[in-house]
Amino acid sequence: MNFQSRKNYYGDIPEEKGNGNIISSDARTDWPLWEIFIRSKQGLDHKHVGSLHAADAQMAIENARDVYTRRMEGISIWVVESKYVHASNPDDAGNFYEPAEDKVYRHPTFYDLPDEVKHM
Amino acid sequence: MEKNFKDGESSKVPPSEGFREAYTLHLADDALVLGHRNSEWCAHGPVLEQDIAITNIALDLIGQARNFYQYAAQLINGFKKAESSRASLLERGFEAEASEDSLAYLRDRHEFKNCLLTEQPNGDWAKTILRQFFFSVYQYFLYEKLQVSKDHQLAAIAEKSLKEVTYHLRWSSEWVIRLGDGTEESHQRMLRAIEELWLYTGELFEAAGYEQHAAKEDLGVDPSSLKPKWEEKVKEIFSEATLPYPNKVPMEGGGKKGDHTEHLSSILADLQFMQRTYPNSEW
Repeated sequence: MNFQSRKNYYGDIPEEKGNGNIISSDARTDWPLWEIFIRSKQGLDHKHVGSLHAADAQMAIENARDVYTRRMEGISIWVVESKYVHASNPDDAGNFYEPAEDKVYRHPTFYDLPDEVKHM
Repeated sequence: MEKNFKDGESSKVPPSEGFREAYTLHLADDALVLGHRNSEWCAHGPVLEQDIAITNIALDLIGQARNFYQYAAQLINGFKKAESSRASLLERGFEAEASEDSLAYLRDRHEFKNCLLTEQPNGDWAKTILRQFFFSVYQYFLYEKLQVSKDHQLAAIAEKSLKEVTYHLRWSSEWVIRLGDGTEESHQRMLRAIEELWLYTGELFEAAGYEQHAAKEDLGVDPSSLKPKWEEKVKEIFSEATLPYPNKVPMEGGGKKGDHTEHLSSILADLQFMQRTYPNSEW
């Protein structure tokens, strides 16, 4: 089955406004796209490192191992098929983010952090 | 009979122990030749991700080969000190002493001790996958046993390499299943690959003289002891891949003793060209 859909992967802004990237998918031949998250060491979060193609989740994890951890970058891998990532619309940036600009009191900068607390 | 060669103190080894050098070279040659074959896929892989995967495996194998060659060079240089008449290998080389480079780049075809399986051409992706699978199953059980070799250097290389091979085995097993139990075309390609490669699997388990000797001294592994586990694993994966386990066929052998197919010549021509043409060149 051949179908078309408009999709902005992880919030990329379309080249032409309102057109989006046209994703054409032929389920018989194309491997789906997967987003890859790597945890570099214990205690840290998984971080998005990129994307790759794979036939299924198992292959996506192994491809991620080969593509993204060959220089000792990680100790744990998460994969998510890209179609399950829903991104905010760049057109919403004004009412989404700008209202926070003048609300500095929301930052926890009025406390002294003890030295033992790392990764804040 | 245990000696520590890590510091190059091997000059006391009597020449009758030449099997240790041959055995180490055999392990090195298997890894180098298959690694070289896999490296031919670089930039030609079916998809980017698998191109990187097969190239990683090539690099793993070439890394293993380097470890074995370095150790073999130590052994050979030790023999040279012990008995200069044994140094024919060195006299022909461009360097005064054996080194990992001289062993990889300056030996002739009949001196290579790799199994015929490792030198077979890449063919299509199915054939490359199956060749890797057959060899990884073998190498997995081999290194598992070699880890407890009385030769501490061989044991250490085996232990380090086993982690890599465990992944090679996993990766190639999954591809055998994926292709065997995939489309009509991928299944057919796997059947053809089995037909082309099965006759080279027998040699893996036929012990050459130096293997028998090494096994007797508890320095190496008698490959015939690996056969039952190898067959069991191959049957398990083939069954999952809906591939028939082949019937007995006449097997090809001789690679371990230096009797190679013409394919090794083309590999060596490619591999050794630079060092043969521009001796001692570096880049």
